[in-house]
Amino acid sequence: MTATPASSTPWPATTGRRPRRRGDDGPAAPHPDGSAGPVWARVLRGVAAAVGRRVAAAAAVMLGAATTAFIALHLLPGDPVAIILGPSTMASPEVRAQIRLDLGLDRPLIMQYLHYLGQLLQGDLGESYQLQQPVSRLIGDQLRPTVELALAAIVVAVVLAVASAVATAGRRPGLRALANLWELVAVSTPSFWLGILLLTAFSFRIELFPVAGADGFSALVLPALTLGLPVAGILGQVLREGLETALEQPFVTTARARGLSQTAVRLRHALRHATVPLVTLSGWLTGTLLGGAVLVEKVFARPGIGALTLQAVSSRDMPVVMGVVLLSALVFVVISTAVDLLYLAIDPRLRAEDKGRGPQHDQEPQHDQEPQREQNHEEPAPDMKKAGVKGAGT
Amino acid sequence: MTAIDAAVGLGRRSLTRGRRPPRLGLVLAAGVLLLIILIAVVPGLFTDRSPTGTASVDALRGPSGTHWFGTDQLGRDVFTRVAHGAGRSLRLGVGATVLGVLGGAVLGLAAALGGRAADTVLMRLADVLLALPPLLLALLAMTVLGNGAWNLTLAVAISTVPGYARMVRAEALVVRRSGYVEAAVGLGLRRWLLVARHILPNTLGPLLVLATVGFGTTLIAASSLSFLGFGAEPPTPEWGLMLSEGRNYLSTAWWIGVFPGAAIAVTVITVNVVGRHAQARYTRRTSR
Repeated sequence: MTATPASSTPWPATTGRRPRRRGDDGPAAPHPDGSAGPVWARVLRGVAAAVGRRVAAAAAVMLGAATTAFIALHLLPGDPVAIILGPSTMASPEVRAQIRLDLGLDRPLIMQYLHYLGQLLQGDLGESYQLQQPVSRLIGDQLRPTVELALAAIVVAVVLAVASAVATAGRRPGLRALANLWELVAVSTPSFWLGILLLTAFSFRIELFPVAGADGFSALVLPALTLGLPVAGILGQVLREGLETALEQPFVTTARARGLSQTAVRLRHALRHATVPLVTLSGWLTGTLLGGAVLVEKVFARPGIGALTLQAVSSRDMPVVMGVVLLSALVFVVISTAVDLLYLAIDPRLRAEDKGRGPQHDQEPQHDQEPQREQNHEEPAPDMKKAGVKGAGT
Repeated sequence: MTAIDAAVGLGRRSLTRGRRPPRLGLVLAAGVLLLIILIAVVPGLFTDRSPTGTASVDALRGPSGTHWFGTDQLGRDVFTRVAHGAGRSLRLGVGATVLGVLGGAVLGLAAALGGRAADTVLMRLADVLLALPPLLLALLAMTVLGNGAWNLTLAVAISTVPGYARMVRAEALVVRRSGYVEAAVGLGLRRWLLVARHILPNTLGPLLVLATVGFGTTLIAASSLSFLGFGAEPPTPEWGLMLSEGRNYLSTAWWIGVFPGAAIAVTVITVNVVGRHAQARYTRRTSR
């Protein structure tokens, strides 16, 4: 920080972007745009504006990701031509010049950037340095095993998390401590080690599952468990908290009074409330699964996007790495935007309240329901770590 | 991104509502963590073998009284290698955490106090980087930087910066609006003094707590990259690398890969228990 002369307004007016706290702007005005007209027209306008904002934010993130990838490509030390030709090459200067021309490396950087963006818009991710194939085809070929793995892992995670949360939320302390313990272990265990443990036990000791490959269902079991267990730990934690909050609500007493059993109340009423936070985890979840796939595919010698990425990083095949990075950004952005819009449909308060606020504050209305946030509100991004999202990097 | 923030915010609650681990667990975790640190600092205290000394007659022996964790394909004692690898592995995790926190603190403070333009640019950038899976971001950085322990530390640190930056920014904004800062502004305190005396100290507390909790993630990320082969070179004892070497001998000698992985898991678990406890205490103190 450098010293600056004190002025009458010591801080630049950035307050519009500070994290909003409950009540400090007052509850949002019922008709923020102040316009007249029938209610449905206002609502429709509000929805259209909200949808537009979110789609624009998503597009901005994608542009940013593309730019990051482009910058990374140009930060790559060494001559791209040398990387393409490999270390032991006898290529003549003419060949080198031709490659430079083909790649457009002779043009100014800004032209290369615009050209690259134009290509991206047409779905062209460039060509691999090492494999001499279009990146989009390489990714397309490897997509299926990874998608299968990710979906199977989600199933594993959701089933385990729901079972663990429903069985333990608000129950005896001993049971909860047990659930706490398994969640702690699940989020603290490196997924590659978990994979090795499972391989040792179920592929080498008891020869139940294949050691490597991606053929058929039996080859999917261990990798899906490996990828899903850490996720289950986190989902379980969040779900159990949600359940415990829901079980304190008056509607639970009402439902019990109507004669529903404790389990029925949990499954039919409380669980629905508790799943709302789970939906918001989906963006983070996709990131974790895509990153985790790199490790799991390595441990289980599976083909897939992760294996492709690993190979590309090892051989510094930047176009492929960029392609995977863009793909994962796209998946993340599409899913989070879809979830946001879903919320918009579910919760009418969001439509009224986020008028004129940046997209990153859209989560606020939910928080406003929770008085305890008032006391120690902070923008929650790194809390991911605390939330025990230990698997984030694995 | 909205979804992440909301989700993470919900995660936050889960640890603040008085659900700290039991006392016994905390003491146990702290004890084990101290032991691990001691091993990392002076491995010679626990083993007098050499981590790279080979003995082909002893190759692939299972765990026993003489070789607690067994021996690997070259007859090296696995326990000795785990002990000697502790320092290197923990250094990767600590280094990456420190770098990530520093980078995050600088960028977060710049965003919070540097004016609207800086804030917009930095936070949009954070949005972009948070849209990428951390491991992928680290791999992208590895591709640019090239292999090696130092580059690995840097790559992992880079992947954690956006998260810390957002947290510091939020924290600094809250502090900035608090009564004592307003009072200080009213008294005419210079801006840099305000930052140094009030905003920085009050932002760092929660940051240090989060860094403790984040250390586990960072250690796993660092050993993941090591496991994938981007860190140390083979003869070096390093947990992630030992695990990937052990992967090839699972059918005959499970202990080569299992024990280094257990070392990582135990370290992360103990750090998490201690970190969560610190966090619960900190939250209780500040919310009173």
